[in-house]
Amino acid sequence: MNIICRCEDINEKEIIAAIHDGCHTLDDLKRMLRLGMGPCQGRTCLLLAARILARETDQCIEDLSLQTSRPPVIPVPLGILTRDTHD
Amino acid sequence: MIDQADVVIIGGGINGCALAYELSKRDTKVVVVERSSLAAGATGRCGAGIRQQWSTHENVMLAMQSVRIFEQLEEELGASIGFRQGGYLIAINEEEDMQQVQQNVAMQRSLGLDIAILDPDAITDIVPILDVKGMRSIGATFCPTDGHADPFKTTYAYANAAYHAGTSIYLHSEIMDILTKNGTIQGVRTDKKTIQAPVVVNAAGAWSKQIAAMVGLKLPNIPFKKEIIVTERMARIFDAMVISFKDGIYFSQQDEGQILGGIPPPETVTGYHQEPTFSFLTHMASTITRYAPVLQHINVIRQWTGFYDVTPDARPILGPVEEIDGFIQCHGFSGHGFMLAPVVARLLAELIVDTRSSPFLEHLNIARFATNDLEREQSVVG
Repeated sequence: MNIICRCEDINEKEIIAAIHDGCHTLDDLKRMLRLGMGPCQGRTCLLLAARILARETDQCIEDLSLQTSRPPVIPVPLGILTRDTHD
Repeated sequence: MIDQADVVIIGGGINGCALAYELSKRDTKVVVVERSSLAAGATGRCGAGIRQQWSTHENVMLAMQSVRIFEQLEEELGASIGFRQGGYLIAINEEEDMQQVQQNVAMQRSLGLDIAILDPDAITDIVPILDVKGMRSIGATFCPTDGHADPFKTTYAYANAAYHAGTSIYLHSEIMDILTKNGTIQGVRTDKKTIQAPVVVNAAGAWSKQIAAMVGLKLPNIPFKKEIIVTERMARIFDAMVISFKDGIYFSQQDEGQILGGIPPPETVTGYHQEPTFSFLTHMASTITRYAPVLQHINVIRQWTGFYDVTPDARPILGPVEEIDGFIQCHGFSGHGFMLAPVVARLLAELIVDTRSSPFLEHLNIARFATNDLEREQSVVG
């Protein structure tokens, strides 16, 4: 069993099942499985998932649109973000 | 290929999908047209809290009915929706608010809601990580049957059940025009095909205004950009949603252990701007760590934006319009669309199929804006 998304513990079989269930974009996989929603924000799993999606849906990997990247991109402690701010 | 239906629903968010399910259950042929993917707009970006503590009588009753439906929804739809009832703890921040709170609670109790007013000391019994002094809180209200559900799972569960009952769902399909003849709905034209139907439902959330404009109907709704953060996962610390109307903050710990919350951005932004801001992030970090200092050690991993589709009285616009026969409105939820969807879907399905209206639908009709007699919902956060 190949683990693809380590943060959210999602394996290849689950991704293939979700694709056959109607997930045809990386964003669909994110919404359905939480793929790429963990601390690494897709840096580990996204390319692997893209290869599976391209293979299962007969698309070129270059044609897939990526998941939207969200700030702050790397995990940042809340305490750091409060410094020098007053409300 | 279906090009005929009884009802076309524009928008594949929670309200469009819940309505599709309720209609299909009543032997109605439904087509859902969604521009992107299911739950891609406000639904999939929302805090997904389910609250019954409102200032208007009507919202309390609607929310209580919605909770009753949520309680048996997993069984009804045959799928997990991540529903849990950890309660809502609403901080009271000002002495002068106490009288209003007591009035609201009396009204909520008269409708049968289980709700308590807590002394400051009792707040940490419910949410141990809160710092009552830091919150500047003189008490709180707590309703144990308020809760949360997973917005994706709930939308998919409704959509799946609707699909198995015969609903067609067209994703990545955009509405180009709404077809009318002599003031009566004839159907819609998408970028892919024409669908004939005597009833069209506008459930396009923050984009409902553009949909209505296609038939010359002007909506008073305004889209407000809202922002949310989510932290890394941790072991379960608390079950309740914590909110404050004064600070506008809300946060809760999700099923997987992450904390998710929002607060109005320092600058109010209307219109369709989707960019997350650093000023929101620091404002949220400052406020949430004032409420729960221990969270300063926890990592934020993501922030994103979504829209509140806000009406002048912060209550939804539901039901028919005078100008066009067969054009049904289902939008303007002003930040509360997820929690109200189960009950709204039933009311609208009864209206469309059984032509049975309810007092709720009468009160929430768009016609109310022609009068000056609006009762504004006060209990709004985020």
